[in-house]
Amino acid sequence: MSRKPFVREVSKTGWYLKHPRYMRYMSREVTCIPIGAFALLLVCAVERLAQGQQAWDSFVAALTGPWSFLGMAVVLAFSTYNATNWFNVTPKAMPVQTGEEFLDGKYIVGAHYAVWAVATLVVLFFAGVL
Amino acid sequence: MAKSNKPIFWSLFAAGGTLAAFLAPVLALLFLMLSLGHAPDLLSYAKLHAFAAHWFGKLFLLGVITLFLWHAAHRLRVTFFDFGLRKDSLVAIVVYLVAGIGTIVTALSLLRI
Amino acid sequence: MTQLKKRMVQLEVLRYDPEKDKEPRFQSYTVECNEEWVVLDALTAVKETIDPTLNFRWSCHMAVCGSCGMMVNGEPKLSCHAFLRSYEGVIRVEPLANFPIERDLVTVADDFIDKLKRVKPYLIPKEKKSIAEGEYKQTPAQLMKYRQFSMCINCMLCYAACPEYGLQPKFIGPAAITLAHRYNQDSRDGGRNERQEVIATNEGVWECSFVGACSEVCPKAVDPASALQQVKVASTIDWFKEHLLPGGAK
Repeated sequence: MSRKPFVREVSKTGWYLKHPRYMRYMSREVTCIPIGAFALLLVCAVERLAQGQQAWDSFVAALTGPWSFLGMAVVLAFSTYNATNWFNVTPKAMPVQTGEEFLDGKYIVGAHYAVWAVATLVVLFFAGVL
Repeated sequence: MAKSNKPIFWSLFAAGGTLAAFLAPVLALLFLMLSLGHAPDLLSYAKLHAFAAHWFGKLFLLGVITLFLWHAAHRLRVTFFDFGLRKDSLVAIVVYLVAGIGTIVTALSLLRI
Repeated sequence: MTQLKKRMVQLEVLRYDPEKDKEPRFQSYTVECNEEWVVLDALTAVKETIDPTLNFRWSCHMAVCGSCGMMVNGEPKLSCHAFLRSYEGVIRVEPLANFPIERDLVTVADDFIDKLKRVKPYLIPKEKKSIAEGEYKQTPAQLMKYRQFSMCINCMLCYAACPEYGLQPKFIGPAAITLAHRYNQDSRDGGRNERQEVIATNEGVWECSFVGACSEVCPKAVDPASALQQVKVASTIDWFKEHLLPGGAK
């Protein structure tokens, strides 16, 4: 009896389209693009800040308008999606064992959401929004 | 097979991801308000400059920006691979170089404030 | 006596005869099944009453041996654990993804077996004891540290689900790394350093990008994704110790 195993090809560029589970994974991964872009914007922001009042003001002016609003909305949406995903999987990476039991993941996740709420409020307070 | 050097990039990714999870949304919100013409106080030159002049402000800004950059860089490296761009070593060099340059520029800018 | 409800089920099965076929092809079977049957029962009915040339692996028929893994409507399942009542219409049955097809629904599992061997999935005692010295003792708390990961039945559904394994066949994979972790976490074990040489590599845990598909398809709730993230954390701590501490603590 001759053997001739058949290897099924996997599409290197389209594999994630084959199952909703993979689409969810990719949508989580691409959050790095808006977050990365935002980080580069912050690099520019600090650079302009260092250059002085005029440089900063023209930076702010450039960031005012509908395109900027759209961009920031995208960053807000993607970074929020990243946050919720991140918190939900944290118990998997760092399980907490107390004696013979494991701490229920919902407490770890809950604690993260609590910190998120506090951090958000603190920043908004210091930013003068609240 | 040699042990990987991915841990250093992964730890930056993990730290950056955690920080981004907690802070990126609210920071984006501040800039969203700015785009509408209602910039929060902190984003005025006077307040922000004063913040960055303080050692805590410098540390905060450097920490946040650096970790966001390295988080995004490492995740982008993996994402390129998942999208079929498989020249991993080349992609790694490019993304980490951008993150590295961003880090240095931020540090130098902050030192001038 | 209750009448057993019957149901006509149509299966689309991927066939492959290495001696005759250039590539696999689908073959349709319509077979009468009992309503409470699983896909394995339907395949058995096909083999017994319609087509005796149909090949597939199975053994325990109760989801503990791990033999009958295959793709049911594109999802990695144990065919003995895939209930017909969960499916409507035509049921598509294919061999487990990401493995070469030997014949029909039988895959070549060699790659997984090799990787399993490489991670040394057995106790390497910290301090060897002769039988006369008595048992290796362990508290319930120590057992809980690894118990979940010991539930793996080596069914390879996680390898079928893992897209990174599909993209990079050198990846050691979810089950093998989870089993390495299971022994690393065992208080009786002292073989962690040896296993780290295998799993703390680019082909080891660092190929994983935490897709999490492995844990979603695991029939025994082993949660390999969790094990792999724990291995990443432990390996990262190792890396910092080796590179930052004088002498490189192990």
